[in-house]
Amino acid sequence: MLQAADVSFVYGPGQAGLHGVSVDVPSGGLVGILGPNGSGKTTLLRVLGGMLPAASGRVTIDGRDLWRMSRRNLARQIAVVPQETRLSFEYSVLEVVLMGRYPHLGAFELESQDDVAIAREALAATGTLALEHRLFPTLSGGEKQRVVIASALAQSAGLMLLDEPTAALDPGYQVEIAALLRRLNAERGVTMAIATHDLNLAAGLCRQLVLLREGRVIASGPTAQVLTRESVRALYDVEADVQYHEAAGHLTVVPLRRIRARD
Amino acid sequence: MSLRRRVFFTVLLFGLMAVAACVFAPMVGSAPISLRRVFDRSVPFADNTDAQIFFISRLPRTLAAALVGAALAASGVVFQALLRNPLATPFTLGVSAGAALGAMLAITFPISLAFAGVATVPIASFAGALGAVGVVYALSTVRRHGLSTNVLLLAGITLNAFFSSLILFIQYLADFSQTMRTVRWLMGDLDVGSYAPILAALPFTLLAFAVFAWLPRSLNLLTLGADAASARGVDVLRTQRLAFFSASLATGAAVSLGGPVGFIGIIVPHLVRLLVGADHRVVLPASTLFGAAFLVLCDVAARTLIAPMVLPVGILTAMIGGPFFLWLLIRRG
Repeated sequence: MLQAADVSFVYGPGQAGLHGVSVDVPSGGLVGILGPNGSGKTTLLRVLGGMLPAASGRVTIDGRDLWRMSRRNLARQIAVVPQETRLSFEYSVLEVVLMGRYPHLGAFELESQDDVAIAREALAATGTLALEHRLFPTLSGGEKQRVVIASALAQSAGLMLLDEPTAALDPGYQVEIAALLRRLNAERGVTMAIATHDLNLAAGLCRQLVLLREGRVIASGPTAQVLTRESVRALYDVEADVQYHEAAGHLTVVPLRRIRARD
Repeated sequence: MSLRRRVFFTVLLFGLMAVAACVFAPMVGSAPISLRRVFDRSVPFADNTDAQIFFISRLPRTLAAALVGAALAASGVVFQALLRNPLATPFTLGVSAGAALGAMLAITFPISLAFAGVATVPIASFAGALGAVGVVYALSTVRRHGLSTNVLLLAGITLNAFFSSLILFIQYLADFSQTMRTVRWLMGDLDVGSYAPILAALPFTLLAFAVFAWLPRSLNLLTLGADAASARGVDVLRTQRLAFFSASLATGAAVSLGGPVGFIGIIVPHLVRLLVGADHRVVLPASTLFGAAFLVLCDVAARTLIAPMVLPVGILTAMIGGPFFLWLLIRRG
């Protein structure tokens, strides 16, 4: 569905960018982009979402070059969920979700009953319908993130890019958001690419992983093959125990100790 | 209630308020007049004192107040959304300081730019406003592609301070009567004297309003942040540019017509948000109409409070606006 081929991006001297990164997000897939802080995850996500132009290489969605598409057209195919959303004004939850309908409306067109129905359905899918009349700034962190995901759902795009969707949340909400994403992928067929540094989130959620370090892909493939002690060491410079967890039903990673970084 | 009905009823209600204010204002003043005599065609205009008071003294003031109030309130809404900052005003980015410097130079030095019935000072202040807009825009785009709202804010605030010190410098050198005129200008006054300056400001304001009509939905998304807006299909750079230039144009036109009338650009948007919610499709038209009504009524107060003396209207808006603004700050904290 979404493909990045040999993509490079350079911020400036001394800053990590992207160097010859190739990523393939298959239709219906759940791809995790893993890496330490500053490894270029967010940059890659912004390039994949068409918000940042790649210096070289191509990004295509269903074979079409992202940079040949209008912003509006792109937003109908790709929705983005940031790590945190701060609003400078007090919009209601329903208003925030309706903002997802932007690319489907003309400049002077107001949301129709259909758009409101789509928005309310997205709220229901994320378990936030009861909050629809609340003011967004009054919500808790977990509620906000679910509402923002609902807003992305209301965009009716087939692909969702998520940047550290659980990083600002406590374990309860982390589990909840992970379950929500898994359900949206399974039941609605929403293709997802998730940037995260949380190995266990990725292990439980993603079917494919891309390991990114200093702007380069060091491994990629099915989660079970890619997530190993060796790859974790190469990625984070930590000695870790990687084991299948019966109760969790997926691989889990327990970091044991930091090892000296190789140059 | 659906959005369509909300927009309709809000515009209707605030529109009626603005019209009522504009009808009421010219009838009130230190000298009582009768509307029947004003429109009495059997008496020649030269002999009809009521008509003269109405058409020469009060109506231009009222129309100027409506135009300035509407333009400042609407630009306040647009600037607050553009800068994602509820404390932004139409004057935050230095437009009014540029206008003040222009006016100051025209008052102090013997230059004449008078054109088509419009005096030198408004033209000079409009030129000053446009100059400031150009400088701020150039600074905010110099470092990277796109408009950096942080740089925009800092450039505007710095320019404000820089222009203010230039104004003080020239004032220090100017003689007493010139300084007095500048101080008066800075208070903000709607004593326009004729229809010519209103007609001159009108096309710029209307052009800005035409752009405003296109903006509200994109402004809603812009307050989510540039990336989030862009991900939802907003052409962020184009929206920011249109918002910046249209709001600056409206502010420049308003300030050259009435001087830097304070607080309208910040109180009215917040007051309206408290009444109708945050959606810019409702807030922008409602603020425009409310701003017009508010300044027209402030002008009535300015003309009647210590009649027959007429206060500069800017004194009153700030007197009402100041405490409100503090209350807002305390409530936010």
